[in-house]
Amino acid sequence: MKDSAKPSRAEWLVTLPSFVWLVLFFAIPALIVLAFTFHGHTVNGGVGEWSLSTWRELVDPDYPTIVWKTIRISFEVTAWCILLALPCAYAIARLPKRWRAIVAGAIMLPFWTSFVVRVFAWKTMLHPDGWLQTCYHAYLHFKYWLFAWVPNVHVPTAGAGQANDCLIGIAGCAIDAAKTTIIDSEVAVVLVSVYSFLPFAIMPMYTAAEKFDFSLLEAARDLGAKNFYAFRKIFIPGIWQGIVSAVLMVFIPAIGSYVIPQMLGGTDCILIGNKIFMRAMQNRNIPHASALATLMAVSVFVPMGIAMWWKKRQAARDRKRLEVRTAQLMATGGME
Amino acid sequence: MKRSYFSVAVLAIVLAFLYVPILLVVVYGFIPNGISMSFFDSAGHFTGFSGRWYSMIFTGHMRLNALMQSFWLSLIVAGLATLISCAIGTTSALALHKWRGRLQSIHHALVYTPLIMPDILIGISLLMLFVACSVDCGFWTILIAHVTFCVSYVVMTILARLQDFDDRLIEAAYDLGAGPWYTFFHVQLPILMPGIIAGGLLAFTLSIDDVVITSFVNGAGTNTFPTYVSSMTKHSRNLPAVFALSTLMLLFTCVLVGLSKLISRDQQPKPKGK
Repeated sequence: MKDSAKPSRAEWLVTLPSFVWLVLFFAIPALIVLAFTFHGHTVNGGVGEWSLSTWRELVDPDYPTIVWKTIRISFEVTAWCILLALPCAYAIARLPKRWRAIVAGAIMLPFWTSFVVRVFAWKTMLHPDGWLQTCYHAYLHFKYWLFAWVPNVHVPTAGAGQANDCLIGIAGCAIDAAKTTIIDSEVAVVLVSVYSFLPFAIMPMYTAAEKFDFSLLEAARDLGAKNFYAFRKIFIPGIWQGIVSAVLMVFIPAIGSYVIPQMLGGTDCILIGNKIFMRAMQNRNIPHASALATLMAVSVFVPMGIAMWWKKRQAARDRKRLEVRTAQLMATGGME
Repeated sequence: MKRSYFSVAVLAIVLAFLYVPILLVVVYGFIPNGISMSFFDSAGHFTGFSGRWYSMIFTGHMRLNALMQSFWLSLIVAGLATLISCAIGTTSALALHKWRGRLQSIHHALVYTPLIMPDILIGISLLMLFVACSVDCGFWTILIAHVTFCVSYVVMTILARLQDFDDRLIEAAYDLGAGPWYTFFHVQLPILMPGIIAGGLLAFTLSIDDVVITSFVNGAGTNTFPTYVSSMTKHSRNLPAVFALSTLMLLFTCVLVGLSKLISRDQQPKPKGK
């Protein structure tokens, strides 16, 4: 490996194709987006003069709500994915070696069907007359039935003063539950997003778990740790790197997601992605779309930056701990 | 060894969760009525399974013209994007592996950032570029966009393969009198081939599946399979045909992967104990 400060001609030649391509079609477009945010828009869908009007328009009271909703849904989806993926990664890593590859393959296999087609399958499944909707109704009925016995719980559509009467409470809720569909709601968006991103959470965790030394868990148990305690204190820190990359692999596409809310969210679930698409393609307000895209980039890179800073700090702290420990050992002459 | 039944149960549930929609994709391909999307007629009688969508696909029925056109366009775009991104990606990975200078750290940042960008941002920034240059969107803009987001994945896959590459092999080739080109084509490239193929497969899958970026840069009237499907409504008459076509694609991929597994098993018997 050469460590020359000045790139040689050979280096330039080999680097050039990808370098030029990515500068042309990745770096420059990003700069153009940034530049467009400082322009006004023209009536016919073009880009106007330099001005700050676009940023001023962004104060629109809708946007904080939409940004917040996008971030909240992304967190929800990430949390579900991690919660489901953790036991999965653990279970796969503990399988016999031959089975591991098969199960890991089985988790990726659904992804050979087109993403849009899978979303359509969900859409058909969640149809108001479909069987999942029936299950959801049953669940809602059950929930309201459960809560109808509890006084002081606000039960929608049941009249005031009747909430204590469980019979009327159930009847009132039945009407409400019948109107609640999964499709065109946030529930559908979270459900299908978890479905779509789950393998991207399982895979990095599984690769980390595969390298994990499971005898550590047994040692912990021998020393009297309960199963869950050992899982929490030994296994999770052990695969920490995998968890961090799983979070990023889910959180980033979730922030940028626009197909799922568009197809399944209805008017209830409009996220930044949908707004960007609307502004760029339907209203043809290019500067506005650029400003929203910048906003989205910020909401991706801030958590990323924090995660990286945190990882670095963690590593520094580990190093520090090791140094302190070494110093201690040296001070006591290795006797403890 | 103590086994955790809880985690195995979660794994089973997750697998079921992942497979139910796929199963339904296969089943929905046999729905006779594309409007009601149901196996039952209005009177509630079971109407049975129907293979008409498959026969329509194979005979090239007029009704599916737009769908099939978008499907072939997807294949062409994915094929070309794979070839181009493999070529660019290989040189890029070689450069990143061989040199460590200021240039390469910029290069690495350029290759790495698209991986952590949400698709929609890549899509909109490319759209802005085409707007700024007043280029009409169509086949070429789609191809450019696909190569752009595939390259990074290809580079990462090949770089992973290069880490195991023994650099002394190149020196050995030089010592034996081979020139740089000969060494590249006869020593380095054959060893890298599995990495390039893996990267190419990844690029192909990403490209054929992409809807977000394509929907920004496809222009009016040019549709790939995913953008065509996403523009269909729930009540499009041809929805079962989409499911049937997806089933065929799934079947095709499974057969391909099965065959490649069989061939690779025949070629190199697995070392014992692994």
